[in-house]
Amino acid sequence: MGISRRQFFRTVAWVGASLSVMSVLPERLLARWNAGAFKADKLEDAVREKYGSLPVEDSSAIQLTVPEIAEDGAFVPVSVSSVMPGITSISIFSETNFSPLVASFDVMPRMRPNISLRIRMAETGNVVVMAKAGDHLYRASRLVVVSVGGCG
Amino acid sequence: MKVKAVATNELTSVKLLIPHPMETGRRKDQSGTIVPAHYITEVMAEHKGEAVFHAEFGPGVSRDPYLSFEFIGAKAGETLTISWVDNKGGSEKSDFPITSI
Repeated sequence: MGISRRQFFRTVAWVGASLSVMSVLPERLLARWNAGAFKADKLEDAVREKYGSLPVEDSSAIQLTVPEIAEDGAFVPVSVSSVMPGITSISIFSETNFSPLVASFDVMPRMRPNISLRIRMAETGNVVVMAKAGDHLYRASRLVVVSVGGCG
Repeated sequence: MKVKAVATNELTSVKLLIPHPMETGRRKDQSGTIVPAHYITEVMAEHKGEAVFHAEFGPGVSRDPYLSFEFIGAKAGETLTISWVDNKGGSEKSDFPITSI
């Protein structure tokens, strides 16, 4: 009998507490910023850097709201929402930008997939949204006509 | 940073505006020199120690980022902690009250 029952539970509790601390710390201390995806200069490359090679399908369950015409490409309002269950990540791309990936959101367990953001668009092109649910990417895309480019 | 967090029933709607130049690193100033990239890379929100929002930004987000999101499980009177970091090591972290309508 090298270890008492009390000692055993103490050790288990300590290991458990340490693990929970360790699982929180990297999130705060290490940047999770996905440089590869943000620096990619083509839409397909940015998607692959971010999500790997998951199958992509167009989905009307992803609601993407953008203006048809944006007079100022420096401020283009984009809203994304969905009633699809199981979405864990949403990314917004502007196809014609020098770096197409604009922003990426982790849909945390308590978060609802309903976000809005103002983005820059270099010129007329598609705003593309990818939502990850399970091992699939669901895509929505809308053309925005930009009068004055916003990446100058 | 301006934040409005409003709880209705179970759902809390958050709108936030972060004053920040969001320089892309491609813009030239009047003398023709490139203005170095300076943009927010991450925005986070926590409620009662639990992450309820995490976003990664690139330079394609507009100057003075304005965004909104929603989460469940908070009540008016509680606190939401919002923080951000940028590519030059700048950061901000502040507490904001969750209000009812």
